[in-house]
Amino acid sequence: MRKSVGLTLIAVVVFLFLTVPLIIITATAFGEASTIRFPIQGFTLKWFTATFASRSFMSSLGLSFALASYATLLALLVGIPASYALSKTTFRTNPRLRAFFLSPTFVPGIVVGYALFQFLVIQWRMPVFAGLLLGHFLVSLPYVIRVVGASLEQFDFSIEEVAWSLGCNKPKAFLKVVLPNIGSGIVAAFMLSFINSFNNIPVSMFLTGPGVSTLPTTLMNYIEYSYDPSVSAISVVLMGVTVVLMVIVERTLGIGSLAK
Amino acid sequence: MKRSVFLLLIAPGILLLTIFLFYPLVVTLAPTFSNNGPSLARYLAFFSDSYYLAVFFRTVWIAVVATLVCMILGVPTAYFISRRRRSKSFLMALSIFPLLTNPVVRAFAWINILGRNGVLNSLLLSWGWITTPLTLLYTDFSILIGTIYLFLPLMIVTLVGSMDTIEEEVTEAAESLGASRLVTFFKVVLPLSLPGIVVGSVLVFTGAITAYSTPNLLGGNKNMLLATLIYQRAMSLADWTSAGVIAFVMIVMTVVTVMVMQKVSRRLDRR
Repeated sequence: MRKSVGLTLIAVVVFLFLTVPLIIITATAFGEASTIRFPIQGFTLKWFTATFASRSFMSSLGLSFALASYATLLALLVGIPASYALSKTTFRTNPRLRAFFLSPTFVPGIVVGYALFQFLVIQWRMPVFAGLLLGHFLVSLPYVIRVVGASLEQFDFSIEEVAWSLGCNKPKAFLKVVLPNIGSGIVAAFMLSFINSFNNIPVSMFLTGPGVSTLPTTLMNYIEYSYDPSVSAISVVLMGVTVVLMVIVERTLGIGSLAK
Repeated sequence: MKRSVFLLLIAPGILLLTIFLFYPLVVTLAPTFSNNGPSLARYLAFFSDSYYLAVFFRTVWIAVVATLVCMILGVPTAYFISRRRRSKSFLMALSIFPLLTNPVVRAFAWINILGRNGVLNSLLLSWGWITTPLTLLYTDFSILIGTIYLFLPLMIVTLVGSMDTIEEEVTEAAESLGASRLVTFFKVVLPLSLPGIVVGSVLVFTGAITAYSTPNLLGGNKNMLLATLIYQRAMSLADWTSAGVIAFVMIVMTVVTVMVMQKVSRRLDRR
């Protein structure tokens, strides 16, 4: 295709708009001044060491990691069997059931958090972590239903029937034949759900309690009261992790699998 | 599959969603519909309070403008990406990267740029374009920029997915028949990517009316949106009924937007 100047110009401006703010953050993480300055003066890694030495940041990082892992695992355990059941059958209620499983998408995260806070934390006096876990599970489930459902649609179920006719029982056929074939869908669902749970703010806002705070909420509270390059340093670490994840996904599934 | 096996497989999800999403929602929101008996008084009060109305309209206004800007910038950019060959996956990665970056980090980026001593003000001062720093942060403007920044990648990624299905032969045919590139874009590419534009716009709009960290970090206390207002009402003021009313208003806005989209998409499919 011939190049169009106008189109290229818009695209260049958009990509500058998308990348320059993140480049500025990255640069400010290395500045020596105690408030954020750009362009930076000097070069130091002290903000990174300060971040890794900070108790509140490290414990919230651990909590966010555990939370995203458990919530994603629970969503996969619940979502994969449900997707399988919905794609194997043609009951009249299936479209409505699918919509039901996707329903957390229609409830704003802050409202999910608020309802769970009222109900689980105040009424049932559940531990804070349980509330967070359930909230993040609700957010993750639609990703699993959508992505795993899409890869089950591609799957040729006659392969599974061959396994049955060769004497394999149904649970074993599911584990040995169906699961490996939808593996890439499961990995993509895992990645999407993990990343979105890890980054989630609205659901966590109401559900974080004393001493139990996710990394994004800790970061946000920190920004509201202080303005120093340690926030930039954490941002750089988080962006680094994102790059690593993206490279892994690109090597295994292709980057397009995250664009669902 | 036997009905019993089917039920067994879907039961955990149905139960968890019912107990931990729908039941809490009903319990939390039911009191907003009663005032010594069933009544809509609290909603009437919400929509006749000038402060709440201002927040409501600010939320809608910012979401509408952000959606339009994302559309205007996203459509050409997505078209640009979808027609690349070698650089396509790199440009896609560049668009997906911000999506996977924490929204707090993305809002923080704009605090650095728009703040009183931020990058933009220092640049303008050093060029002599302004003599005193502009107040850009903690305004509707900064929320708007932050929201566009948050959702433009989502629009681009959604649109590339839909534009990829347009065969190159179609645009080539239009051009070989004498249509200029601009005419091809507006008469061929744009109509064919309309379904993607509809989906992308709904994602941006619903995302914008429910985003929390961006209005919280870039709007400050004076420029509340519904999402920040609900948190403030509930946590700082322990005003549970107002929080419930706002929660229900937000759900209705999201559901109505999605339903309108489904109607529009169905009509587009039928063409």
